[in-house]
Amino acid sequence: MNPRVFDKLKTLADAAKFDVSCASSGTSRSNPQKGIGSAAGWGICHSFTEDGRCVSLLKIMLTNHCIYDCAYCLNRRSNDIPRATFAVSELVELTLEFYRRNYIEGLFLSSGIVRNADYTMERMVRVAKDLRLQHRYNGYIHLKSIPGASREWVAEAGLYADRLSCNIEMPSEQSLKIIAPDKDYQSVFRPMHYIQQGFLQGKEEKKKYRHAPRFAPAGQSTQMIIGATPDDDNRILHLAHSLYQRPAMKRVYYSGYIHLNTYDTRLPALPAPPLVRENRLYQADWLMRFYHFGVDEIVNEVHPNLELELDPKLSWALRNPQVFPVDIQTADYEMLLRVPGIGVKSAQLILTSRKYGRLTSENLRKIGVVMKRAKYFITCRELPAFTVQEARPEYVRRMLLSPKHKENKQLAIDFDHALLPLRSNV
Amino acid sequence: MLYFLYDRTFDGLLTAVFDAFNRKEFPNRIVDQAIAIPLFTDTFSVITDVEKSKRVFIALKKKISTSALNMLFVCYLSEMEDVEMMIFRYIQKALASPISIELNFADNDVLSLSKIYKKVQNEAMHIKQFVRFQKTGDGMYFAVVDPLYDVLPLCSDFFEDRYADQIWLIYDARRHYGLYYDKKQTEQIHFETPPAFAIQKGRLTAEQQDETERIFQALWKDYLKSTTIQARKNLRLQRQFMPRRFWKYLVEKQ
Ligand code: SF4
Repeated sequence: MNPRVFDKLKTLADAAKFDVSCASSGTSRSNPQKGIGSAAGWGICHSFTEDGRCVSLLKIMLTNHCIYDCAYCLNRRSNDIPRATFAVSELVELTLEFYRRNYIEGLFLSSGIVRNADYTMERMVRVAKDLRLQHRYNGYIHLKSIPGASREWVAEAGLYADRLSCNIEMPSEQSLKIIAPDKDYQSVFRPMHYIQQGFLQGKEEKKKYRHAPRFAPAGQSTQMIIGATPDDDNRILHLAHSLYQRPAMKRVYYSGYIHLNTYDTRLPALPAPPLVRENRLYQADWLMRFYHFGVDEIVNEVHPNLELELDPKLSWALRNPQVFPVDIQTADYEMLLRVPGIGVKSAQLILTSRKYGRLTSENLRKIGVVMKRAKYFITCRELPAFTVQEARPEYVRRMLLSPKHKENKQLAIDFDHALLPLRSNV
Repeated sequence: MLYFLYDRTFDGLLTAVFDAFNRKEFPNRIVDQAIAIPLFTDTFSVITDVEKSKRVFIALKKKISTSALNMLFVCYLSEMEDVEMMIFRYIQKALASPISIELNFADNDVLSLSKIYKKVQNEAMHIKQFVRFQKTGDGMYFAVVDPLYDVLPLCSDFFEDRYADQIWLIYDARRHYGLYYDKKQTEQIHFETPPAFAIQKGRLTAEQQDETERIFQALWKDYLKSTTIQARKNLRLQRQFMPRRFWKYLVEKQ
């Protein structure tokens, strides 16, 4: 291996690191012809960086040269930084060697734009194609679709990638035009649409012939940057909601803005990335996808922003005390899910366990219900009723906000962990 | 006090269940026959019999689902103190109950076993995450692990499927055995004494390594360094997801 690869790796991993990487999930493919690799149906984290992020994929850029000049991006044309470009063969070898040592689940490849969108896409696709066809590699591949890429290259990328993504970047087109003047929603939504078409068509064909070529079986994802523009959470979550209506859209990522190009006055000089807000958005996203919440219940004209000091589920519960307390013994699944302190797992355990008898608060605690929160919103066998009805929402809020309350710990209990993704380049 | 002594195999444990029912004599504890037994304890030595264990298995199959059966095996791999009695009581209750008990989490044994199951599965997951293969001079991929529970049997399909075209060995330093895959099948190999590489803390010496090994290890470390975002540094979080006890065999933590 060429010694220059060391420098390239540093430069291009550094350049790619602001990208979301957690997700390598969504595909299950075993390895029937005894090549190398399989994609387990869930994403495996093989290491964790010092910032606590999951390292699952070799997340790297093919090149950090770029003809565009997006305000938030380190690799923008006007920055004077070290630039590097991988040869296709170098990247292929690096991926395989890391993979064989169980360092990674696969490759997450993005790129700065050289010459034009299609020229760039072609080279990215070649990496994926060589891995699959020459090396019989079955591990995970995520390719970033370049904004403005044509249907031909998106179609080809879909043949080899497990997931494709195309970042919407800003929560509104107006913001995008100010901050990334070379991009517009058209250049993002068109490739997104090609991916969706390929995905649906691939599924259709799979029904007809067992050996039909697959097309990005893990669908697509997208990402937007939070806190760089005045867009409120109402705007952000409604956009996310509408994106989730698209059949191939699996994940929307939110990434707290990091102020890197400090000289650019179009951007706010945030002293630190808005991590709490980012986290609240993920929680709200979770509520939409797994807790059967409608987006309007979470944010609306009256409540355009998520509360920072309370998670959105608790916040909703305190705004709607009239639906509580919930009787653990009789409430349906949907209602159980709405109780602060009860997650998807514990709601399911309650459903199955209560058939055998009446549940006590001790049973609930063992099942994993966070009683400290739940007690204000439920009645069960012997719990003395001091619910949100008697206590009033203001009191409950104060109790659950006590200074001892370790906010971040609390987050991890109700919701899935390890989702600390970041923001993106292309 | 009545102790049943068994050979620590799963078949042995199921044989113990069979014998208890057969003799109408129920143990207070079921323990490894190799441990020292306290004074004034009655003992009964279980002689592992595959026929007996099969009969228990078939009887159980009529009462609980395959995944609950699998759960019992996984819990047994925990090697936790007195997990045998929990499994014993679970089986007793399962056989006695007209409906499956497996979802009755208000029952202490059902709940405890479900928690142990989760712990063992987590440990198996950790092995899948944190195995780091080193390539040897003759082209074998080799890793040392030190799992809390005996989870290699739960990982073998995963590695076999993923690394189907390379020869590999994963060695359990705590239990002195390994999984060895020769591109055709995986087998367990046992070691009388810990092999040399285990004593070297799992590191291959320069002569034992493939010549490219050093380079890819260095590239991997460089990669992790470059991909870290200093503005978000959070070592507590890192340790929470990647507990320290795994660090000794992680290339990136050397
Ligand atoms: S975000 Fe992408 S297109 Fe914009 S400057 Fe950065 S690398 Fe180039």
